[in-house]
Amino acid sequence: MRIDELKIDSEMLYSGHNACPGCGAALAVRYLTKALGPNLAIVLTASCWSIISGMPPLTALKCPILHCPFPSAGSVGSGVKRGLNAAGHDDTTVVVLAGDGGTFDIGLQAMSGAAQRNEDYIFVCYDNEAYMNTGMQTSSATPFGARTATAPYPLFKAGQKKDIMQIMAAHGIPYAATATVAFPDDMESKLKKAQAIKGFRFIHILSPCPPGWGTESSDTIHLSRLAVSTGFFPLYEIENGVTWKMTHYQGEKKTPLKEYLSAQRRFKQMDRQRMEMLQHEVDHEWDCLMEKVATSPSE
Amino acid sequence: MPESKPVLMQGNEACAVGAIHAGVRFYAGYPITPSTEVAEQMAARLPDVGGVFIQMEDEIAGMAAVIGASIGGLRAITATSGPGFSLKQENFGYAIMAEIPCVVVNVQRMGPSTGVPTAPAQGDMMQARWGTHGDHPVIAFSPASVYETYYLTIAAVNLSQKLRQPVLIMLDEVIGHMREKVSIPETGKLMVEKSSSNVPSDWKPYDEKGLTPLVPFGFGHYYHVTGLFHDQYGFPTGDPLQVERSLDRIHDKLKKYRDEIMFTNYIGHKEPRVAIVTYGCTVRSARAVVKKAYWQNRLPVGLLSLQTVWPFPDKEIEALAEQVDVIIVPEMNMGQIVGEVERYARGKAEVVPLNRYDGEMINPDQISEEVGRWLS
Repeated sequence: MRIDELKIDSEMLYSGHNACPGCGAALAVRYLTKALGPNLAIVLTASCWSIISGMPPLTALKCPILHCPFPSAGSVGSGVKRGLNAAGHDDTTVVVLAGDGGTFDIGLQAMSGAAQRNEDYIFVCYDNEAYMNTGMQTSSATPFGARTATAPYPLFKAGQKKDIMQIMAAHGIPYAATATVAFPDDMESKLKKAQAIKGFRFIHILSPCPPGWGTESSDTIHLSRLAVSTGFFPLYEIENGVTWKMTHYQGEKKTPLKEYLSAQRRFKQMDRQRMEMLQHEVDHEWDCLMEKVATSPSE
Repeated sequence: MPESKPVLMQGNEACAVGAIHAGVRFYAGYPITPSTEVAEQMAARLPDVGGVFIQMEDEIAGMAAVIGASIGGLRAITATSGPGFSLKQENFGYAIMAEIPCVVVNVQRMGPSTGVPTAPAQGDMMQARWGTHGDHPVIAFSPASVYETYYLTIAAVNLSQKLRQPVLIMLDEVIGHMREKVSIPETGKLMVEKSSSNVPSDWKPYDEKGLTPLVPFGFGHYYHVTGLFHDQYGFPTGDPLQVERSLDRIHDKLKKYRDEIMFTNYIGHKEPRVAIVTYGCTVRSARAVVKKAYWQNRLPVGLLSLQTVWPFPDKEIEALAEQVDVIIVPEMNMGQIVGEVERYARGKAEVVPLNRYDGEMINPDQISEEVGRWLS
């Protein structure tokens, strides 16, 4: 899809919003609202988006937003959808929008409960890999080796990024998918597909963050693309927790991870050994993913 | 006391430095404005002194890990703000009941709920007292400057160890984020309570005879820790006599050590007619008023600042009420501590609230105006 093919009249994110220049999360929600709108209710938890949605006159979204306490997005979403259904408004698409903290960390319990009950809404996690709103503190979505405000130089994030997709697959939900801003058509088709399915759906969107990752605002799309081509963030979907499918597959030849890491200042002090460790981890995860795809039951 | 070179330091940073100087070696927490700098400072400083910093998955986990670390034998602290403070309440009550020493910092922001994350307020003072359920004792300090933050953090750590009681530091966004020139004593120059290493052979965790130090879990002594009412070995009990005794025990220790807990400071006229009673950043505005009214103009005005807000300085207020016609209580909330002041003034003096709850500090002019009204 070309950018001029995006229909302006269906824009639900106004220009002049509160996001930083080059914000991946703003772009992600722009595509999201376009794909799922206009009959859309968004449940939003504390995250950068609670700032981006904005104080008047910078209110950014053309749809109602319920901004709920940090740990509760999954549960509030459950109530909203069931309430709307009971009141006869079952055609409204309910989207729970949370950052990585509100999904991987403090929001995990509520999300897991909702997934297990198979609540009928779409949980969208825009993942910028740290608590960016409060100034880049480590989250369990922060990749190994990154420097954060709570792991300042010479420290670095020691553990691996939590594998949220496997967790969601283990819940056996009808649909889960990864997406990122450099591939808007892929993201749109996944969102549309999710919208047509009933039950709990999970979309994990990698959203580059220029100030947090230490990159130029013009590099957002480039980094998003590199994350995919290095195999760091593969694009795939999972149906019913068992059928794994690649949606963007560039073949076995992946770009070396070093290219992705060295483009970001948060990995600046990462030595060769640690880079190799992370490369090894990414390769291993890639192999596991390929095996899951290869052994998936056909439809 | 030899002091190091004056440095420019933020309140949140002073809190972290004070904690480390008081022997704190464990921090577990979760980022929340305006307290995040405490966590960031601890993350940067603790590894250098062999301490442990853990970024937890949520606010509840931060409080819970601190309790665990304290039982494990480390001095432990966590910091948060309004919404996080609400989440920590259940574990906070558990620490009071099980008598586990720890320090919880609440850098207050405008509430209720998410409120205005970057605006100061003093709206959690009653939550500090009654936020967790049941009849429980609470110790809460409220610093009015960066240096006060430093020494009250040390006092909090020491007291929590000595009394085996969680202590709250109720900062506000102004003091937490403000930078001031401070002279921080070198490590070890301030009195720090040493942990007791010689434990008597008849040691009991909740001895009827009085306070005993906590011994690290897992070796030497067999004991039980629970949020249930418990006997002197820590084992659960439903016996009415023991239940009552157990509750008395956690309250009595605060009464017994009242003098060590109570920090207040009076400045101004020796025989005041108008007194200001306040705490936290509002003390700064009140001090400016006393400076002008008393130091420059010799008017009968005084300021009683409360570094300790809980347990409430009842005797201090009673004594003040005997002297003055009126007590003005400026607070950045809709009136919380003013009710306590009224209670202990016992009608001997007029008690007047002065509230501001728009996310801005109370300025000296507002207080002067009220003081002037009572002097004329």
